[in-house]
Amino acid sequence: MSLEKELALRRRYRVERLMMALIALGTLLAFLILFLVLAYAFLKGAGALNLDFFLKDMRPPGETGGGLRQAIVGTLIVDGLGLLIALPFGLAAGILLAEYPDHPINPYLRLLSDTLNGMPAILFGLLAFILVVKPMGGFSGLSGAFALGFLMIPILARSTEGVLSLVPREIREAGLALGLPRWRVILSLVLPTARAGLITGVLLAFARAAGEAAPLLFTAFGSPLLELNPLKPIDTLPLRLFAYAISPYDDWHQQAWAAGLVLFALITLTSLLARLASRRF
Amino acid sequence: MSQDVHMESKNLVVRYGDRIGVGVKGGVNLPLYRHRVTALIGPSGCGKTTFLRALNRMHDLTPTAKVEGEVLLDGENIYAPGVDPVLVRRRVGMVFQKPTAFPTMSIYDNVAAGLKLVGIRDRKRLDEAVERALRGAALWDEVKDRLRAPASGLSGGQQQRLTIARALAVEPEVLLMDEPTASLDPISTQAIEDLLLTLKEQVTIVIVTHNMQQAARVSDYTAFFLNGEMVEFGPTETLFTKPQDPRTEAYITGRFG
Repeated sequence: MSLEKELALRRRYRVERLMMALIALGTLLAFLILFLVLAYAFLKGAGALNLDFFLKDMRPPGETGGGLRQAIVGTLIVDGLGLLIALPFGLAAGILLAEYPDHPINPYLRLLSDTLNGMPAILFGLLAFILVVKPMGGFSGLSGAFALGFLMIPILARSTEGVLSLVPREIREAGLALGLPRWRVILSLVLPTARAGLITGVLLAFARAAGEAAPLLFTAFGSPLLELNPLKPIDTLPLRLFAYAISPYDDWHQQAWAAGLVLFALITLTSLLARLASRRF
Repeated sequence: MSQDVHMESKNLVVRYGDRIGVGVKGGVNLPLYRHRVTALIGPSGCGKTTFLRALNRMHDLTPTAKVEGEVLLDGENIYAPGVDPVLVRRRVGMVFQKPTAFPTMSIYDNVAAGLKLVGIRDRKRLDEAVERALRGAALWDEVKDRLRAPASGLSGGQQQRLTIARALAVEPEVLLMDEPTASLDPISTQAIEDLLLTLKEQVTIVIVTHNMQQAARVSDYTAFFLNGEMVEFGPTETLFTKPQDPRTEAYITGRFG
């Protein structure tokens, strides 16, 4: 090899090493932020994490002990109901966008889903307030579920569209060439092929909504007691975290950090499940 | 040897938007004889696949594609108003270039897909159809002991024969094949070529191929396409030995393409 060529090659290796170092540094920074948040929350909140935290409801200020059972259960109820509400609309919109790209409604649907995706979460709460809380005459877990549902619809629509567009065109053509109607091809061939991605999208939407407090402020409202009836106000972890964080009591502050940790664990778990789903199915 | 026309294109034109399509200079007129193999040959981009896809209305899914003229199936125009493309595709099946086993299904379910998904549940009827189709595609002996195994575990050549079996299971009259061996090794290619010779006793076959030797080996008739027009059509032997058009001669002797 000539000298110039060797020098040029060495230069390329140097640039390569430099770039790799920069990428590693960026990754490290991202991790550092996550680590700091977690470590701080752990330091501040771990003390409140005991069995009571999960098994008992909150106590009034002044009394020690108690837990946030009502908020943990409430989060699952409100978020779960929200997902049920969002699922048919989100999936349908995603299917329409991906499978019928020339449908006349699609440009509007796309604009709508883009706008909703970027909309501040509190506005979904406002929408649910007008559509559900006002007509029903009071705050309720159901109205909170609608607020979270509105939030999840565009996320689901987008993830569904993205996942379906990854399904090879050949699968659809092979199905149609068998003399299957189009709806049957989508239902029985395209959706099952995209199953793992669809599940991932659903879980990520769930995780995203689980962390929202703003849309629930004037819908689910919160409750100091365990409430399983979705027609009554229901507590959730982000709501309780917010309420405790702005309270003047030290033990509530500690529980707010602990609520943050539990929320983090819930979301991490969901995301892990999502990753597992995309690998297993 | 009867010369019974099974399918026929009459002044067929396929346009892609404003761009030039196939048959724009007067349309393609091509007869497809019953129980014969017709090969469509020509260089890349000559329109042979576009033409093939017009034969079972696959262009319906491409909104930019416009089809003019007629395609007669037993004398009936498949583009006539009121004709259901789904029913056309039941009679005119298709095998694609890339082997596409349905990845989430077993071997059995892949073959049975065309029947099961239109609501046929009769176990015995499905079993029979699957076995007949797999035998027809010369795959039965290789997979009969693992019909419940995922189809994605099969080799490329096996998957391609599986897609042929899947197409056969709905008992089409015509089988359109779009370069079915383009992504296969020589042994799998050989298996599929052998298959065509027996298959044509059941179905009329139209095969698009890049490979002139393949066209010469498997087909009874050959149509040569160039720049979106059909240049020449005739019995394969004649077309390859005494081509009428100088462009056909240039192509088959390897001077271009």
